[in-house]
Amino acid sequence: MSLDTATVRRVASLARLRVEEQDLPRLETELNGILGWIEQLQAVDTTGVEPMAGGGAESLRMREDQVTDGGQQQAVLANAPDRADAFFAVPKVVE
Amino acid sequence: MTAPTDFTIAGARAALDARRISAVELTRAHLDAVEQLNPRLNAYITITPEVALAQAAAADAAIARGEAGPLSGIPLAIKDLFCTAGIRTTAASRILGDFVPPYESTVTTKLLQDGAVFLGKANLDEFAMGSSNLSSAFGGVENPWKRAGAPETVLVPGGSSGGSAAAVAARLALGATATDTGGSIRQPAAFCGVTGIKPTYGRCSRYGIIAYASSLDQAGPVARTVEDCAILLRSMSGFDPKDSTSANRAVPDFAAAVARGVKGLRIGIPREYRVEGLSPEIDALWQQGMDWLKAEGAELVEISLPHTRHALATYYIVAPAEASSNLARYDGVRFGLREDGKDLKDLYERSRAAGFGAEVKRRILVGTYVLSAGYYDAYYVKAQQVRALIKRDFDQAWEKVDAILTPATPTAAFGRDETQDDPVAMYLNDVFTITANLAGIPGMALPAGLDAQGLPLGLQILGRPFDEETLFAIGGAIERAADFKATPAVRAAA
Amino acid sequence: MSYTIEGGTGAWEVVIGLEVHAQVTSLAKLFSGAATEFGAEPNAQVSFIDAGFPGMLPVINRECVAQAVRTGLGLNAQVNLWSRFDRKNYFYADLPQGYQISQYQFPIIGKGEIEIELADGTRKAIGITRLHLEQDAGKSLHDQHPTKSYIDLNRSGVALMEIVSEPDLRSPEEAGAYLTKLRQILRYLGTCDGNMEQGSLRADVNVSVRKPGEGFRTRCEVKNVNSIRFVMQAVEAEARRQVELWEAGEVVEQETRLFDTTRGVTRSMRSKEDAHDYRYFPDPDLPPLVLDAAWVEELKAALPELPDARRARYVQDFGLTPYDAHVLTLEKETAAFYEAVARGRDPKMAANWITGDFFAGLNRTGASIGNSPISAADLGALLDLISDSTLSGKLAKEVLEVMFETGKAPGVIVEERGLKQVTDTGAIEAVIDEVMAKNADKVAEYRSGKEKLFGFFVGQTMKAMQGKGNPALVNDLLKKKLG
Repeated sequence: MSLDTATVRRVASLARLRVEEQDLPRLETELNGILGWIEQLQAVDTTGVEPMAGGGAESLRMREDQVTDGGQQQAVLANAPDRADAFFAVPKVVE
Repeated sequence: MTAPTDFTIAGARAALDARRISAVELTRAHLDAVEQLNPRLNAYITITPEVALAQAAAADAAIARGEAGPLSGIPLAIKDLFCTAGIRTTAASRILGDFVPPYESTVTTKLLQDGAVFLGKANLDEFAMGSSNLSSAFGGVENPWKRAGAPETVLVPGGSSGGSAAAVAARLALGATATDTGGSIRQPAAFCGVTGIKPTYGRCSRYGIIAYASSLDQAGPVARTVEDCAILLRSMSGFDPKDSTSANRAVPDFAAAVARGVKGLRIGIPREYRVEGLSPEIDALWQQGMDWLKAEGAELVEISLPHTRHALATYYIVAPAEASSNLARYDGVRFGLREDGKDLKDLYERSRAAGFGAEVKRRILVGTYVLSAGYYDAYYVKAQQVRALIKRDFDQAWEKVDAILTPATPTAAFGRDETQDDPVAMYLNDVFTITANLAGIPGMALPAGLDAQGLPLGLQILGRPFDEETLFAIGGAIERAADFKATPAVRAAA
Repeated sequence: MSYTIEGGTGAWEVVIGLEVHAQVTSLAKLFSGAATEFGAEPNAQVSFIDAGFPGMLPVINRECVAQAVRTGLGLNAQVNLWSRFDRKNYFYADLPQGYQISQYQFPIIGKGEIEIELADGTRKAIGITRLHLEQDAGKSLHDQHPTKSYIDLNRSGVALMEIVSEPDLRSPEEAGAYLTKLRQILRYLGTCDGNMEQGSLRADVNVSVRKPGEGFRTRCEVKNVNSIRFVMQAVEAEARRQVELWEAGEVVEQETRLFDTTRGVTRSMRSKEDAHDYRYFPDPDLPPLVLDAAWVEELKAALPELPDARRARYVQDFGLTPYDAHVLTLEKETAAFYEAVARGRDPKMAANWITGDFFAGLNRTGASIGNSPISAADLGALLDLISDSTLSGKLAKEVLEVMFETGKAPGVIVEERGLKQVTDTGAIEAVIDEVMAKNADKVAEYRSGKEKLFGFFVGQTMKAMQGKGNPALVNDLLKKKLG
């Protein structure tokens, strides 16, 4: 599986990373280098092996249904690059 | 008398309790050293003298009241991946801008509760992605060690916790917090001639630590002795209801295990770690380590971890995949850098392009690709299956051995200008450390000797899940046998 | 007769499946301790977890899990003791983490089934594909500023149940009936308040059309429809659009659309261009959700009676007509009101009064069962006054009206207005004597065989008694006296 320029462009768009046209060939080479290398896994026999998602606990611990957080409007907004009153503001979105 | 910056943590605690030095004096000595050397080493991104001195004064008061905690008055560097309330936290990235967290990570909260003094925020590879510290948006860190006869050559401290390891090595802190996703504690510890331990996944809470790859990230300490690591790890560890992956386990007195000895322990020597390109000096050091342990009464057992050779490739699917998702929140809307755009998508793309460095972008792209429609099974699920096999290798090993001894890194620290452009070549630095993260097991790196150029070389000990005590016992034995006394060329004046 | 859309090339069948997002009733959010209450100040109910701040981690709320299990049981569905949370990755202004925590591959609830009832009385089983837990997103306000959208994260992280139906629905009516039934079950269970105006219940409507006998054609998803009426309208509008496309020789593209409620048409949704590539993967912050079978059994044992069971009981035990039973069980509150009135009384009489004069009164006064000016206890007391002959049916209706106006108890009204029915035979006889004396000629006519005049005497007597004579006694005594 090797990436072409169009795929690099699409993946960058999915990841919301602006990539300048002139940088695409370099990225394409780099990504193909990495992907070509990880391709080696295809050779490993994993028949019947249960995928391992994480290193942690066997099951979720559940917390009680109590309001213990929130009520900190100003702290939530304090780092915002743009805000209007108590809202975060972004360029207008057309749905 | 020992210079304040040359104390071990254990030694400093004794001196503080005996009033041979005050916490303020100890802190000032470190702040002076930081002021003097940080412009060159760049080990700290942010220095917080006022905060540190206030904490030191509080520690002195606590000591005077007879209420000293296990870390009262101990000056530490905090990797700038731990959120610290009211203090800028950057992850060494431009994308976070001047982000000031309104909350404190659980690990740093515990350290503060135990009386620690925070000197500042240590440099790292951007978002902990790297093995050289060169990907920091705040510039690379200089390794305080120099090759013999080449004082001009700047060596990397390793990464991602390069600032933490360099600060501890250069006597700019008595200890430091660090994190390890694929070797980010152990590789820089080895490069800088200090000791570091990545505990079992779930031992330290991840709450408030900026995530790189959630299923692999684990916090741990860097310090100058095995005992100091044990003291720090005890304070950093413990169950946290705010982290669903935190282990609800009692925290043992790790320091008590350091002097335990290795008599009767079975130490595994994995044949697959004799990789191509392993420096003969490191191979010799590894043999030396085996000999020391054998002499102390341990039994050496050759073992096989057959899936080790696929660990790096597995890691470079799993970690970027998780990172691509973990880093989606840096979008210029609620905090951090924003670059204006013609619409929201453009704003996202410009902000993220301007905010993330090349390596971070590369991993986000790889991660996005391996999770994308049509490739998920071939890459991600496959990697998770191989990950299960890597863990199974270890599970089987534990039936035969109590711990495993390996080199920490394939080479000593390399020069800043000797890094390769090929990202894959750079990834090979993590070849020995990465399996511990994939399997969730603890791993310790400690200095065991110098190479012909006078640079430190490290050994690694791997252990069973939640059996860090055995690592401390073996680490203690190696430390005593190696009697590693060398100090870096660049360090606070004694 | 099944529903079809007539096109130039013949009849088209409509195939509908619903994905309903039901907000879980809980105090705190799914993965954070922030409150869920509706109508707070913007961003006032937001934890740093909900706002996607660096280093923040999710911890699941047990009650939200319990609510999902209860709902699954209420939908006669399989409860999966092992389920898992995945991340659904996409960028949107009101999605702070850049992903939604959802259950993609392993939902907590599997296949189930509910029965809907149509206007003509037909009943139809509708398959439930699955139910899973997920986080809600925040809210974007697009109309506050000429060039900006405003983001409020209060809703971000609130627990949702996404309930997916099989494509078993075949008409707007069926879609409406399904949503009505689902809402009814959720409200009975107390797992979702069903409030569609506040967005507690929203539907994504999957619509395709086909010629009878065909397999499925391409479907479109109409997002976020927020009333039962709009769901029915959206189905019709979207089905017609697709029929027109097919008939014009064009192709229906699989896409996400929005229903424009003012124009009554659907339109393509621009912001969903990445919808085909959500890059789901297991959330590494959350180990699997493993349920204790005994806990599920406990939840099952504590489930309230559901509408179907309750309706059946009303018919069987109370002898109500299926229609009355249906009406009385539509809303949990109505059923509770009815049972409070019927307790210890004639259940049929209680049903007649509630579905008749009481509902009419509520309608007239614009009230509902929740804020009824008449309590179940007072309505019951009114029925008691009828049963013990204190009030005639006619008088009781008058009293009920006064109750609606004043909110007073029926006993008080009867006292104040002297509406008590007269059952004293002596008093009634005295009035009858008077009436007979005044109308001696009519008495003679009656006695000579003009028996039709009996009604006249009843009327005169009741009139003289201002309607308060016990009708049965008046009849008896008149018969006796007239001979």
